[in-house]
Amino acid sequence: MEILMIVTAGIIISVSTYLLLTRSILRVVFGIVLLSHGVHLLILTMAGLMGGSPPLLTEDASSYTDPLPQALILTAIVISFGVTAFVLVLGYRTYKEHKTDDLDQLRGNGDE
Amino acid sequence: MSMLHFVALAPFIVAIIIPFLYKKFRHIHTGWFVLPVPLLLFIYLIQYLPLGGEAMEIVENTVAWVPSLGINYTVYLDGLSLLFALLITGIGALVVLYSIYYIANKRDEPLNNFYVFLLMFMGAMLGVVLSDNLMVLYVFWEITSLSSSLLIAYWYHKEKSRYGALKSMLITVAGGFAMLAGFALLYVMTGALGSATFSIREIISYADVLKDSPLFLPAMLLILLGAFTKSAQFPFHIWLPDAMEAPTPVSAYLHSATMVKAGIYLVARFTPLFGGEAEWFWIVTGVGLFTMLWGSVSAIRQKDLKSILAFSTISQLGLIMSLLGLGSAALYFDIPNAGSVYSVAILAAIFHLVNHATFKGSLFMVVGIVDHETGTRDIRKLGGLMALMPITFTISLIGIASMAGLPPFNGFLSKEMFFTGTLQSMTLDIFNVQTLGFIFPVVAWIASVFTFIYSMILFFKTFTGKYQPEKLDKEAHEAPMGLLIPPIILASLVVIFGFFPNLLAYTIIDPAMQSILPGLLTEGEQFDVKIYHWHGLNPELFMTIAVVAFGTLIYLNLDRWKETTFFMRERDPLNAFYDNGLDGLVTGSQKVTKLQMTGLLRDYILYMLVFIIGMITWTFIKFNAFQYDFANLTLVPPYLWIVILVIIAASISLPFISHRISSILVLGVIGFLVALLFVIFRAPDLALTQLLIETVMVVLFLLAYIYLPELKKIDVKPRFNIFNLVVSIGMGLVVIVTGISVHAMRNDLDITSISEYFIENSKALGGGYNMVNVILVDFRGMDTLLEVLVLSIAALGVVTMIKLKMKGGEDI
Repeated sequence: MEILMIVTAGIIISVSTYLLLTRSILRVVFGIVLLSHGVHLLILTMAGLMGGSPPLLTEDASSYTDPLPQALILTAIVISFGVTAFVLVLGYRTYKEHKTDDLDQLRGNGDE
Repeated sequence: MSMLHFVALAPFIVAIIIPFLYKKFRHIHTGWFVLPVPLLLFIYLIQYLPLGGEAMEIVENTVAWVPSLGINYTVYLDGLSLLFALLITGIGALVVLYSIYYIANKRDEPLNNFYVFLLMFMGAMLGVVLSDNLMVLYVFWEITSLSSSLLIAYWYHKEKSRYGALKSMLITVAGGFAMLAGFALLYVMTGALGSATFSIREIISYADVLKDSPLFLPAMLLILLGAFTKSAQFPFHIWLPDAMEAPTPVSAYLHSATMVKAGIYLVARFTPLFGGEAEWFWIVTGVGLFTMLWGSVSAIRQKDLKSILAFSTISQLGLIMSLLGLGSAALYFDIPNAGSVYSVAILAAIFHLVNHATFKGSLFMVVGIVDHETGTRDIRKLGGLMALMPITFTISLIGIASMAGLPPFNGFLSKEMFFTGTLQSMTLDIFNVQTLGFIFPVVAWIASVFTFIYSMILFFKTFTGKYQPEKLDKEAHEAPMGLLIPPIILASLVVIFGFFPNLLAYTIIDPAMQSILPGLLTEGEQFDVKIYHWHGLNPELFMTIAVVAFGTLIYLNLDRWKETTFFMRERDPLNAFYDNGLDGLVTGSQKVTKLQMTGLLRDYILYMLVFIIGMITWTFIKFNAFQYDFANLTLVPPYLWIVILVIIAASISLPFISHRISSILVLGVIGFLVALLFVIFRAPDLALTQLLIETVMVVLFLLAYIYLPELKKIDVKPRFNIFNLVVSIGMGLVVIVTGISVHAMRNDLDITSISEYFIENSKALGGGYNMVNVILVDFRGMDTLLEVLVLSIAALGVVTMIKLKMKGGEDI
């Protein structure tokens, strides 16, 4: 099961890398979102997916899944959301100011 | 602090107050305030001369500077230091006097700059010759480079001055760095002996042991590089002719008498350490002789008086350098006095050092006078000044005759001894000299012929021939007395040393020889320094006669070769290397930058990704790190297969979708499926957050939807597209391989998770049942605090970007 998850995360990261290398700002933003998904899944997987109850003490269980990576991922999700929102608005503003979403055309300016 | 410490520091202290004096007393020439400094120092230093014929008393004083690193300001005054210190202060005083009359006290002449730089230089130069500590020597050494560049660019509005200053700075500082590296090696070498020291004397006392060190030769080469660049030896001599853009007093002081001799000083100072080695002998002698030849040949094609003198200086420095190299062979013979036959070369070097400082200083001053009184230094415009400027003419006659090596002036004596040195070294049966030794006197003789020719050019083209007033800016006439006094003093020294050479023998030359060749004499003994005019009919005399004969012959036929390209090309061909090299550095680095800094975001990401992939692949191959563990695989339930296959399919389809709304929705699908995975893997809080955030994200994307640009098909060039694809797949593979290896290794290593602690204590210590929440707000509350901060910053950033616009864009 872990191997499958690792391969999935690898494929997601692969696709996000490809998106990061494209010319369109919007696709780059998609790439960033996808990259964070891949990384979150990877963190979860590397901690181990073996059995256990959800990390809630009320359940009368003998073993629990690891709570620490879940806390880490929770933090990561919120931060990547903040970053994504920021990058999206940044991309929007760039498009409005420069009338293009092509990263190849967004190089240098008159001040250089 | 002893008085001796202040000898080097006094010029710096006076330099600080010079600008105030300049502002306060505008009507008095600032030079008058400067003049006492070198004069008093000279008088003070004279006291150390062993005038009574006894051995020189060696003075040493230490003041701690950085004791923890072994860097102390140690002054050490022996014969060699004293000789140089007297030259620096003595000629310094004359040059200051000369400059008072040379540089007029006009409103547009920044005299305070001139004298501050000059004093800085004087102090630094005294520091170089008096320091016993290598690091202190290096500091003073670089101050001489700096102040010399400042002096060259004194008229900084002239482009040639700036070019010359930059060139001399680059070359001498490059050599200085090499020298610093050599000093560091010496420190390391003594450190290996257990007593790391920067003190030159102590290092020399270890000379026998240090010879066997593998760092001995590199240290020697690096220090020689520093000495050769400073002393304008081939091929580093090219800065000296361009430094002639400096005011003439500066050329007289720095570029004939003092700074260019710093390299000579360094070579002489390190002779006890490195001398007696074959490499040292061949490099110092060879470079010196070749420089002498090259300089004298180049000098005869110059049309500018100062350029002739510059190349002459290069040539004469080569002569002194080669003598130091030849004389170092004396150290090879350990038996007392057996080497003194060969030490005549060292004697000649020191004697010529003094002679050169006197006659070259006076010649530069004379050229300055000619320039000052006629307005030009071009030998094609000058001529017939003999009757118009009788005193200047007499001084030049003495100086030039001495430079050419004619009796009865001091140049003749040192030239004779130079020939003696080369002839005697021919018979050396060490360092394979017996096979190649015949080259020494031949090269020396040829170079002397050319020296004779350029001396004649200098003399006859300036003072004889027809006077051409129409070509001159000013009416030529004799210079004021103030300008003439310094060269007169120097010229009389030339005559005095010529007639009474033994005045110097036991006062200056013998103590200096004892510093350069220690251990050759037993206690209380002195070198046999006797300089005679008449040796009898020996080979040296015939060589001199032949020099005069051939020189005159060639000079008379010089007009035949006037039109050849050899004579037309004044600039040294080696300048092409420097100029093209400097341009090449600029264009080369521009090319590299252009190649690599494309300004494309994609390229920079590619650099990073390729590097990451390469590093990880290399690590895996190098350490054979790939591991896998398929043994205890759990069975994958079918519903998980479905979820994962949909995620993969959705991800892969994303780059191909060219509608904005569809891609946003596909992205949403992936997010919700990730939330589903969180549910499957028993992470309720994660699933909840992921669901919420994915919803908000999709809403955000849809909000921005109408403002976002249309997606186009990915339209990069296919070649790049394939490259992108390869890099992306490589990245995915790296992640997969690393993940699998880490997963397998974790089973091997058998590390227990710290989560047991959280599970056991979340109720007891945190008072909560939801372990994830207790970790977030209790055990690791700091993370959460900062994450809140991140969100607020992102929110503020979004608001700022939308609300605040510098240029007039439309509002949302």
